[in-house]
Amino acid sequence: MIRVEGLCKAFGDTQVLDGVTLDVATGESCVIIGGSGTGKSVLLKCILGLARPDAGAVLLDGDSVTRTGREAFLSRFGMLFQGAALFDSLPIWENVAFRLLRGPLRRPRAEAHEIAIEKLRRVGLSPDIADLYPAELSGGMQKRAGLARAIAADPEIIFFDEPTTGLDPIMAGVINDLIRGIVSEMGVTALTITHDMGSVRAIADRVALLHAGTVRWQGTVAEMEATADPYVTQFIEGRADGPISALR
Amino acid sequence: MSHLARLGAAVLSLLAGTGRVVLFLLAAAHALVRPPFYFSELRRALLNIGYFSLPVVGLTAFFTGAALALQIYEGGARFNVQSVVPSIVAIAIVRELGPVLGGLMVAARVASSIAAEIGTMRVTEQIDALVTLSTDPMRYLVAPRLLAAVIAVPALVAVGDAIGIMGGWLVGTSRLGVPSAAYLQATRDFLEAGDVLSGLVKGAVFGLIVALMGCYHGMNSDRGAQGVGRATTSAVVSSAILVLAANYLMTEVFFSP
Repeated sequence: MIRVEGLCKAFGDTQVLDGVTLDVATGESCVIIGGSGTGKSVLLKCILGLARPDAGAVLLDGDSVTRTGREAFLSRFGMLFQGAALFDSLPIWENVAFRLLRGPLRRPRAEAHEIAIEKLRRVGLSPDIADLYPAELSGGMQKRAGLARAIAADPEIIFFDEPTTGLDPIMAGVINDLIRGIVSEMGVTALTITHDMGSVRAIADRVALLHAGTVRWQGTVAEMEATADPYVTQFIEGRADGPISALR
Repeated sequence: MSHLARLGAAVLSLLAGTGRVVLFLLAAAHALVRPPFYFSELRRALLNIGYFSLPVVGLTAFFTGAALALQIYEGGARFNVQSVVPSIVAIAIVRELGPVLGGLMVAARVASSIAAEIGTMRVTEQIDALVTLSTDPMRYLVAPRLLAAVIAVPALVAVGDAIGIMGGWLVGTSRLGVPSAAYLQATRDFLEAGDVLSGLVKGAVFGLIVALMGCYHGMNSDRGAQGVGRATTSAVVSSAILVLAANYLMTEVFFSP
């Protein structure tokens, strides 16, 4: 279980996170929604240790994820970045097998290659693209290759950062289905940040709305559809008028 | 008062910047001696910094040696000492022009490429991706490039020295009428091991400066194309200035009367 406790982070005078508290149960797919600039990515970076929170803690199975425990946390973890963040200088299969070619999870090169091909197949990519470089792939293919990299080492926890941003609706649907399938099949704990309601409905077991630096509302997808909370209804209906200011 | 405040702010900013670079260098040195070591990255960096810089460093040295021979012959003619051409070309190339011009050429080619590559990785979240894949960017990106530059640039300087002397020899024998054997003999007679060694030490220091500036500015690149462009420019300008400043300091240490 991942527990975020009272996380605060400010940049200068701007308080981006103001005491975020959130629990993600083991095997659960939690989706954090919220408008642009509400701190979703900052929250993810604080959990990962890419940004240092001003206050609060991140607990994994009850233990604090401190700097020393971060390595252990990351070794159980996979992430799909918004722009896929594939390494330009490496062919696709080496990107996918990155973790398997170095570090404690290191495997023989041939075995790592075989696993990379299997993971590429799992996300619907042909082995023919394994030796291409990221710049030679379309955005959707890069995203799928990024997903293959996220699951290459069979992680227990996967984070998805805006998984469908920049994709056409059909490719977004493909990515959503892949994420849902992989999360269910591997039984992983998933944390997704998005403002794509299609993704929310396809991926989420539970939804949390981040607003003004705190978790404003949380519940299941069914509860989200039925709630009268003005913040949630404004967000899911995409209305400009409501308590969430359109000017940010 | 406002002028004084501005001066103080500039000095503070300079000191803070220097401090950040020193801390970055210490972190890189720490990463260099602690496993894991990424030998494939070191090999890639050696190729990029050393092998692919050979043409530009070689051509620069060749034309500099050739022009130097003509200049020294012309200048020496005023005092009837044209015979010093081989020895002056050799000493000037090996002690000074080989390392400095080599360092500047590497600064232009390598510092820019390192800063642009790492800066692009920063803004496209590839460096964050490295961290999430349990890989320390200092060990994976910075340490191999620093080590490769410290190894490759002295080698480039040595090759550049030989090509520069060859440039002088070609002009000396074909245009100035110096017999080939006499030219080479004079070069051998006047050149000392210390001259060559000082040039190689300078090359190693210049390599460190160039890679350090490229990595530092790349890792601290601002967002967007403009941020990467600024990081690249800063890397080239700062490494060129530091190469020239370090050259003066080392010349003082090695050759001060």
